[in-house]
Amino acid sequence: MEGGVAGQLRTLGKEARGGLLGRILHGDLGGLQVFIALALIWVIFQLANDRFLSAVNLTNLMLQVTAIAIISIGVVFVLLLGEIDLSVGSVSGLCASIMAVLSVQHGWSPVLAILIGLLAGTSIGLFQGFFNTALGIPTFVVTLAGLIAWQGAQLQVLGDTGTVNLPPSTITDLTSTFYGAGVGWTLAVLVTGAVLATGLLERRRRQKAGLEPGPLPGLVIRTVLIGAVMFIGVAILLSDRGVPLAVLILLALLAIFAFIAKRTTFGRHVYAVGGNAEAARRAGIRINRVRLTVYALASTLAAAGGIMAASRLIAVNQSSGSGDVLINAIAGPVIAGTSLFGGRGSVWTALTGALVIGSISNGMDLLGLQSSVKFMITGGVLLAAVTFDAIARRQRSQVSVT
Amino acid sequence: MNPQVARGEAESSGDGNGRGSTEHLLALRGFSKSFGPVRALHNVDFEVDAGEIVALVGDNGAGKSTLIKAIDGVQPPDNGEAYFEGKKVRISTPQAAENLGIATVFQDLALCDNLDVVANLFLGKEMVDGVPVHVLDEVDMEQRSNQLLKDLSVTTLGSVRTEVGSLSGGQRQSVAIARTLIGQPKVVLFDEPTAALGVSQTAQVLGLVKRLAEEGLGVVMISHNLEDVFQVANRIIVLRLGERVATFDREKTTPEQVVGSITGADTAEMRRIEDETQQKLRGERDE
Repeated sequence: MEGGVAGQLRTLGKEARGGLLGRILHGDLGGLQVFIALALIWVIFQLANDRFLSAVNLTNLMLQVTAIAIISIGVVFVLLLGEIDLSVGSVSGLCASIMAVLSVQHGWSPVLAILIGLLAGTSIGLFQGFFNTALGIPTFVVTLAGLIAWQGAQLQVLGDTGTVNLPPSTITDLTSTFYGAGVGWTLAVLVTGAVLATGLLERRRRQKAGLEPGPLPGLVIRTVLIGAVMFIGVAILLSDRGVPLAVLILLALLAIFAFIAKRTTFGRHVYAVGGNAEAARRAGIRINRVRLTVYALASTLAAAGGIMAASRLIAVNQSSGSGDVLINAIAGPVIAGTSLFGGRGSVWTALTGALVIGSISNGMDLLGLQSSVKFMITGGVLLAAVTFDAIARRQRSQVSVT
Repeated sequence: MNPQVARGEAESSGDGNGRGSTEHLLALRGFSKSFGPVRALHNVDFEVDAGEIVALVGDNGAGKSTLIKAIDGVQPPDNGEAYFEGKKVRISTPQAAENLGIATVFQDLALCDNLDVVANLFLGKEMVDGVPVHVLDEVDMEQRSNQLLKDLSVTTLGSVRTEVGSLSGGQRQSVAIARTLIGQPKVVLFDEPTAALGVSQTAQVLGLVKRLAEEGLGVVMISHNLEDVFQVANRIIVLRLGERVATFDREKTTPEQVVGSITGADTAEMRRIEDETQQKLRGERDE
């Protein structure tokens, strides 16, 4: 217990620590640390091998991370609830297998096969969510069972041969289509323009309502940075094969789900359930419905990621969705700053986290390192990130306890 | 002067054995609640008027929390009638209480630390624009938050975009109180609003409680702290072992008398006063 004086002193102390160092220690850099990490990784690998930052390799990197990043979008929502989904890898493999078998062995149209694959993901999410929400079984256990069971189902679906090769079709086009300069530059202009326009519009609305409009330099810096990334990125992609359709799909999904997370009632409720489920329940939020929706969403996005992975591999086999798919999909957002403890994080960490892990993996492949070393380093990065999250969390709770 | 003949009691007996209760904002008659063999509430009457602060005091196990839970629908009573604005009502769920305009500020606050003040104020009642997708209307919510906190003279928060987790206990309590007002309630129930708060923070919260009553809301406050009770309450209702044993007019009583009533005082005077009250209450019920 403390009086107002102590409280004021604490507030003063907090303001004094508001500098960059203080904010790093408090873990509220707004995701900046992941960009620092990414820059470091890129510089190190570029120094070790000057092909790392070439247009060909960066295009490959983007194609490599697409599937994992899409799976991670769903994982971010699950993590925001303070839950975990260990089945996303198996679900991605199973749903890709269902799609491949329907399209290749049963002659279904590719679009219909993709749709059924996605729906299979949705059903799995609802099924697993039922056990968590209606029966109160922890997601860790439910999805651990799913991890094993769906892998078995995948083997069953694939049958004796164990591999289904995908002939050229809409499915393979997903990752082998590249767009030229027209689409590329239009995209860069549209994205940059949209960032600036929405920012200015919001400032106008806030000013009209008599609210603090927020710092203009912040908006300018944000626009310039995003614009730079878009234009330089498009320039690099165009100097190789062009702008991949897969990357456009990924960016569209990220934008849609980031909007849902931050700007809609549903997204707000996801954060609330992850922050304090009891408070959310008392506020009249139907928390089980929120949870069920998130599980269905996560499994559907896992299916989408699996389909993208199959498209890139031009095949589905018994090891699709196994190996490090699951651990990378969860580690990515966590490395990039989404908390494992729920309530804190951003959909964009699905991309930045996948880029960190993808860059490490890609760079070590270029250097010809063995899988053993790759796994150990990736594990080390994950441990460091989670430790950082835990320390930041403790700092925050120390500030709030009075 | 007999401190036990307080305003509420006088009115109750005046309007024909107290069962019409038209002039009370909220009135309960004959509330009882048992948990197995344990009588948590026994034939308790209760009433609060608009603009009035009623303090509900009593020792541990006296039935204060059970009564609050019966009022806000968390735990409906076994027997008893409730009247809201003169009309007989059934408060069987928290939702029913909220729809009537009864809001509760919980002891453990029930805030989301990871969300900012605006998000917490509007949690579960978000303002949206856009029909197919519920897009949050942040500008309107922030504007209303500022207005609400200004009306309540909560000035210590700084920005309403501050994360609630970084606020002090008093600030958090202020947010929790302001939050109940989003639904525009008519009765606000407080369960130990000043527990675990420091001196200045307590003053801040009690100021808020008073302001709600000044706005015309009926306020019910459970508290163990008689000092706080005497600062804000108009009437003090004492529960002991599940029964309402005394009602005091704050201006005509002393903390000692209230303490005596809470503990079942040892002095002959206290016993006499108590017997009288009991008789009176019993008499009222028998009518």
